[in-house]
Amino acid sequence: MTQQIVLYPLLLQLLLSIVLMFCWRKISWQRVISIVGGVINIAVSAWLFYHIWENGTQIVQAGNWKAPFGIIFVGDTLSATLVLLTALSGVAVSTFSSASVVAARLKFGYFPIFHFLLLGLNGAFLTGDIFNLYVWFEIIIISSFVLITLGGEKAQLEGAVKYFTLNILASMIFLTAIAVLYGLTGSLNMADLSMKVAAIENRGLVEITAILFLIAFGIKAAVFPLYFWLPDSYHTPPSAVSAIFGGLLTKVGVYALIRVFTLIFVGDLFLQNILLAMAVLTLISGGLGALVQNNLRKVFSYLIICHIGYMIAGLGLFTKLAISGTIFYLIHDIIVKTNLFMVSGLAYRIRGTNSMRALGGLYAEYPKISLLIAIPLFSLVGIPPLSGFWPKLSLISAGFTAERWWVVGAIVFASLITLIIIAKVWAAIVWKDKTDFPKRLNFRYFAKLKLVRKTQMIAPVVFLSLVSLYIGFGAEHIQQVSVRVANELMDNQQYIDAVYNNNPKLNR
Amino acid sequence: MEVILAILIGVLYAAGIYMILRRSLVKLILGIIILGNGANLLIFLLGRIVKGSPPIIPGDSEVFESIYADPVPQALILTAIVISFGLQSFAIILIKRAYKVVKTDDLDEMNAIDKDS
Repeated sequence: MTQQIVLYPLLLQLLLSIVLMFCWRKISWQRVISIVGGVINIAVSAWLFYHIWENGTQIVQAGNWKAPFGIIFVGDTLSATLVLLTALSGVAVSTFSSASVVAARLKFGYFPIFHFLLLGLNGAFLTGDIFNLYVWFEIIIISSFVLITLGGEKAQLEGAVKYFTLNILASMIFLTAIAVLYGLTGSLNMADLSMKVAAIENRGLVEITAILFLIAFGIKAAVFPLYFWLPDSYHTPPSAVSAIFGGLLTKVGVYALIRVFTLIFVGDLFLQNILLAMAVLTLISGGLGALVQNNLRKVFSYLIICHIGYMIAGLGLFTKLAISGTIFYLIHDIIVKTNLFMVSGLAYRIRGTNSMRALGGLYAEYPKISLLIAIPLFSLVGIPPLSGFWPKLSLISAGFTAERWWVVGAIVFASLITLIIIAKVWAAIVWKDKTDFPKRLNFRYFAKLKLVRKTQMIAPVVFLSLVSLYIGFGAEHIQQVSVRVANELMDNQQYIDAVYNNNPKLNR
Repeated sequence: MEVILAILIGVLYAAGIYMILRRSLVKLILGIIILGNGANLLIFLLGRIVKGSPPIIPGDSEVFESIYADPVPQALILTAIVISFGLQSFAIILIKRAYKVVKTDDLDEMNAIDKDS
């Protein structure tokens, strides 16, 4: 029953996509299947998390080919946490999309593709083979291309061309990096690579390979010199799509960076300095970018970039405390960013625009919704005791311990800018008087929606806000998880031992 | 052989990146295709080229007796080719749609989303 538990989240998503494809024309069925499947997925992912938490790292070897020869799936605590977070955001977004995405888009296979995207995400988190990681990345980007272009509006297609080009370029660089790494070591299994790369004497070549990986994942994660595709494309698709992109797609890049730079390319001072410099510049440029935007979703897009900087900074500092801060931030950020884009979708549905000049008067009209969106907005800033506060505490104290003052400075500066931006957003959409923005004809305003659709839009925001509140007030539990992940990542011998010696099928 | 392949791969990468940097959408796709081919050849080259020794263990032996050609890079290339084939066909449809809707194939004129909305 639990021998192949690592594969269950993958198989469930695959099954859901196939079932959904058979209901191609029946939109109302698809909505129900997607939401119910999402809830089952939470249960399966929670089971996986619990099993790994109790029994340690689990592996599945495809075709029972012993490591390092076959393709391997490895579920350690980091993977299990991310799979669980994907499940939580996934169910929220599928509920939100069933109300907010128009039926014309849903008819062209929105839900099957959405579940293929989740399949790709789960696969990327669980694989233990670097080429297999490339394949999962391709599944993710192919699904995301379809989701970003679905509907075919002018802005969408323009955004899609940019998104497409840079993501394909990143994949090619990733493939090049894999080729060079294979040439150097003759292996693709990440645990095996970890040992073989450490034994290579020509460190220059290893550094160049590492830089290739850094560029490839850096484009996906949208770090400083490589982020320009993100603010040009994330505000163009429906906000449900932006929500899953903003919450999870860039985080896959971060996950890959964390995995590669804690397992394969470890302890290189040159690389750590590059990571730190990238992190500082990402924090500053993302924050400044968000400051000058007027479109609500563009503001949030720049904030995604800005906050990627925190995670990269933790990775660059490379101490146990810093890595635990990175993991905590990752957990907080996935939930809160998904929620923010859904909030922007809610604001769009209420007023018919995302321009901050035209929005306003939300508090006068919908005081309860205003109160609700305060939770994700202020969690993002990290006003204690909300969820953004705790990881920053770890990161700043790790920065002080490492005596990297400029990193600490950048983290504080980015927090300050985030505070200013959120205050601006709050004032613009909630407190400002209602503007005389003209009513749009044939637009389905929030007030005109049926009660069930209204619930479908509000419920996921409430759900993710509750998760955010739990992360903030139950920080002790999340900190426990982060510290355990950090211990596992810093001591990569554990991962290698799990891959080589823990073969549940052969031992029994 | 290795030297020729190395030069060829270098040319393919350079040409691919040059084409991606051009402003025309069609050249962009061509650039991506050329770059993909370069990457595939690179995997082939870095898997070491061994002539005339297939990775087959003779019937009277348990292990490989001589140097053999590594089969893994070829499996990788096959996967990468199939994936890039799918992506490229998607890309061609995408640029066709984009050309019809935006009515230009000049990337510099695709700037409607940069305007304040």
